[in-house]
Formats: sequence, structure tokens, C-alpha cells
Amino acid sequence: MDPDQYNRVVKAIGKRELFAQGDEAYAYGALLAGCRFFAGYPITPATETAEVMSELLPRVGGTHIQMEDEIASMGAIIGASLAGVKSMTVTSGPGFSLMQENIGYACMVEAPCVVVDVQRSGPSTGQPTEPSQGDIMQARWGSHGDYEIIALAPNSVQESLELTIECFNLSEKYRNPVFLMTDGEVGHMREGIILPDYGEYEINEREKPQRRPQEYVPFLPEEGKVPRIANFGCGYHTYLTGLTHKPDGLPATDDAGIHTQLVTRLCEKISEDTDKLTKVEELYLDDAEAAVVCYGITSRAALYAVKILRSRGKKVGYLRLITIWPFPEMVLRSLGAQVKRILVPEMNLGQLFHKVKEAVGHDTEVNKLSRIGGVMHSPQDIIEALKN
Amino acid sequence: MRTEIRIAGFGGQGVVLAGLLLGEAAIRDGKQAVQTQSYGPESRGGAARSEILISDEKIDYPKVIEADILVALSQEAFDKFRPAVRKGGTIIIDRDLVNAEADKVHSAPFTKMADNLGKKVVANSVMLGYLVASTEVISAESMQAVIREKVPKHTIDINLQAYDEGIEFWRQEK
Repeated sequence: MDPDQYNRVVKAIGKRELFAQGDEAYAYGALLAGCRFFAGYPITPATETAEVMSELLPRVGGTHIQMEDEIASMGAIIGASLAGVKSMTVTSGPGFSLMQENIGYACMVEAPCVVVDVQRSGPSTGQPTEPSQGDIMQARWGSHGDYEIIALAPNSVQESLELTIECFNLSEKYRNPVFLMTDGEVGHMREGIILPDYGEYEINEREKPQRRPQEYVPFLPEEGKVPRIANFGCGYHTYLTGLTHKPDGLPATDDAGIHTQLVTRLCEKISEDTDKLTKVEELYLDDAEAAVVCYGITSRAALYAVKILRSRGKKVGYLRLITIWPFPEMVLRSLGAQVKRILVPEMNLGQLFHKVKEAVGHDTEVNKLSRIGGVMHSPQDIIEALKN
Repeated sequence: MRTEIRIAGFGGQGVVLAGLLLGEAAIRDGKQAVQTQSYGPESRGGAARSEILISDEKIDYPKVIEADILVALSQEAFDKFRPAVRKGGTIIIDRDLVNAEADKVHSAPFTKMADNLGKKVVANSVMLGYLVASTEVISAESMQAVIREKVPKHTIDINLQAYDEGIEFWRQEK
């Protein structure tokens, strides 16, 4: 993105310091990252993002389409992305469920795209206006087959903006769908934010093939494990299919070797980079004997609680996962080697809890602390749970 | 210091907008602010509330723990949130909508005053004037500037008038 584009975005937003909602910040982050295509279907508590995009995208030369549903929304952003435009959709649980099939397709054809899931209370239509963290496992396993996903979870409005930019960067780098797993509380929460200055933040642009069209093999990485698939309409011929395909893109559906090679590469391009992708916030851990492991909005209650417990002399630490997927197993393993006890507060009946338990081994006690129904944990809930 | 404000009533009273304006004004005063909201699926009539935290420092927990200030604009809201007010905290009610019995509260007829101005929906601006004047939780200037900036253009004058009447009502009653 050049400075002119940046200035156009800031001008469209209006000012650089705002008191804004999480839902607005996802849109601002997307525009600052260079997103110029949005397709979506309105759903509480995510609609405000679509509203902002519908208003601002045309002013920066982008396109907003309100689709007939979330299946089509996902299809539209994959199509736009393959034509070379950074694309995003925003939804909540019910829509995220509908998107799963096309998410698998995006993984298979390696289409970079960003999906923001402003989680609400489910299953089904559940409690539309109430926040939850119930889609954490769906984000990882919602589509069929073996694949890897990258998912980040913000806990403030400023971070919502920054992580949305990061989602775009990672989706372009790894040519994979990237999820911002946020929730109705952060989505509707307002806080003071500052848009980053030009040059103050990184933007990854998509790598173009270096081989000439005649030598181009779309699904054969030129280096590493991420191929440089050409955007449609720039002189290269690319055949894309959700079927298992050879490096040239053509289907080969009865060869175990080809399938194994393809799907292993799709998974390893992300899983092998887990350390690089891992972002966590660690506080009060040096001498901690117990720790709270949390993510998203729940961390705001957890940190408040940990500070109170510290003021009472309790050796309690705080680990916040910013990267949820790929799961930062090594971080948890070393935490498990240090502390005697881990508490995992989640706004679900225990989802990431299982991953934490699996990572830390048997010597550390891991307890979950669930809250569902749309009410977030109070600091007191966490203090009580750590007392026992 | 962390100041916790809860405004509760029903959808259509401008509860969420009032919270947004308070938060925005606090930021203008150079403070940290977080505003959260909660409402039902219906746009009018269901229970609605807005919570605003104001502090000089970074705000960790974004929700009210024990309200320093409760503004109750419906009986249901008063009954539900009265117990969650800090001892010695301030309670403000619309006196025509809430019966607070023997409770020590600040009260004003926000809705009736707005009605007299010809627009019932500016009751939230009357309330903001009264709230700012009675609690001094943010500066009256910042609040006024934010109302001017945030309400629909054709309603700026009546909102500011409503705001001033809220301030004036507090002064008279004091």
C-alpha cells in the first residue's frame, strides 16, 4: 500500500484517534491492511463491521457486496482473493457454520482470506446479542478433512485493529484462511483507539510467481511450502479445484501419494511455523506457582483478578494466548513444567481447556472455569476458583 | 481511580447512546474509558443497559463490578441493579418511571422535560446534563462538545437545549 492509499483510508475513517467499537476496528484494520473487497451477510453482533465496510470501501476504491447468505459470502471473498484483491468477511456463529464448506475449499486452493467471527452464544441461533467463545474448536475443525488454520483472538479494541491487519499479513504469507476469533463483548465494546501511522505497521503483499507462464506450476512451491499461485487475469493459466490435485492443479483423486503429499504440505506450511506464529502475553509468571491461561475478553477479568491476588501475596501468573491456532503447545508445556496448577476460564463449557490439558501433561492440575449464557467471568469468579 | 457507571432502562430511551457519549467525553477529558452495552434482540421495549468505566489508568476489567453511579430509567432496571450499587454510590432515576420508595436518590423528570421540549427522545440528553452536573464525573464542556459532534445534525439544538435543562434542573434542586 502506498502513502496515497493510506491517506485515503484515514480520510475515509475521519480521524486517527477515535472512541470506537471492536466491530468498527475490524473494518479499520482491514482497510489499513489493504482489504478492498468485502462480502457478507448481516448478523448480530457483527453487523456494524459490514456497515462500516459498506460505507468506507467505495470511498477507497473497494467493493462491498451484501450477499444472499454466508455460504455465498465465503465464496465471493475466495473469488475476489483469487483475482488478487485482499478480501474479508465478517460473521457470527450461525454464519460461521455455513461458511465451513467453503473454508475447506479456500484451504485446498490456498486462497488467502480473512474471516472475522464475532462469537455469540450458541448452538444454533442461540442468544444473538450475547457474547461467547463457543466457536473456538469449530474454527479449528469446522470443515472436513485434514487442514490447518491460523486464528488470533483480540482482547481490546486497539488490538482488534492491530490483529485484523496481522490476519491479512498471515493470510497472504501462508496463502490460507485466517480467522479473527473475537466475540460480541469485544465487538460491541468501545475504547479509545489510535490508527497506526503510515510505516508504523507492516503490510505483507502476496508473492507473485517468479517463473514465466510457460514454466509455471501453480501448486509447486518455488521455495518453502507456500506456492506462488498467480492471480487470475495476469497471463498465467491456473486450474483450481477442491479435488485433490497434482502440482499443476489438475485433479488426481485416486492416488494416495499425491493426496498425502498435497495435504501434508497444506498442514505443514502452518504447523511447522507454529513457533513463529505464536503470540502470547505473559505477566507475573516468573515466580508463579499457579497460572490463569486465557484468551480474548476473558483475559480482561483474569488480569484484574491476578493483580488483586498478587497484591495479596499469592504467586499467581497470567498467560494470554493471542494465537489460538496453531495451538502454542510448547509455551503451555513449559508453563506446565513450572506451575502446579492452571486455571482455564472460557465462555464455553471447556474447549481450549482440553488442548491445555493435553499440552501440560499429568503432573500439573488443570481446571476449567466455564461461563455460558452471555455473562462474562467476573474477577471474583476467577479469584474464588484459584482459592480452592 | 476507577469510576463505574451503569445506565439501565429499556430499548429506545437512548441508553446505549448516552453511554457512548459519556465515554467519548471522558476520552476528551484525557481519561481512559471503556463502554459496553447489553440489549435484547428487539430494538425498542426490551431491557437495555450501558456500562461506562472511566479511569486515569488502563482499564483491565471492562464491566461494572460495583456501580459508583446507577442511572435507572425503568422500574425493572432499578429493582435489578439497585443492589449492585456501591455503598455511598449515587443513584439517579427518572421520577415518573421509577418508584424508589425510601431510597436516597437523585431524581428528575427526564422524559417529561424532554416531552415539554417537543421531543421525547432527547430524554437521554436531559439525563446527561443532570448526571454531569450532579456527579462532575466528566467536564460539562467535553460533554457538550461531544453531543454537538455525535447526535444527528438536525437535532443538535434540541439536544443541547435538553442537556442545558438537565444541568439547570440539578442546580435548582440542589
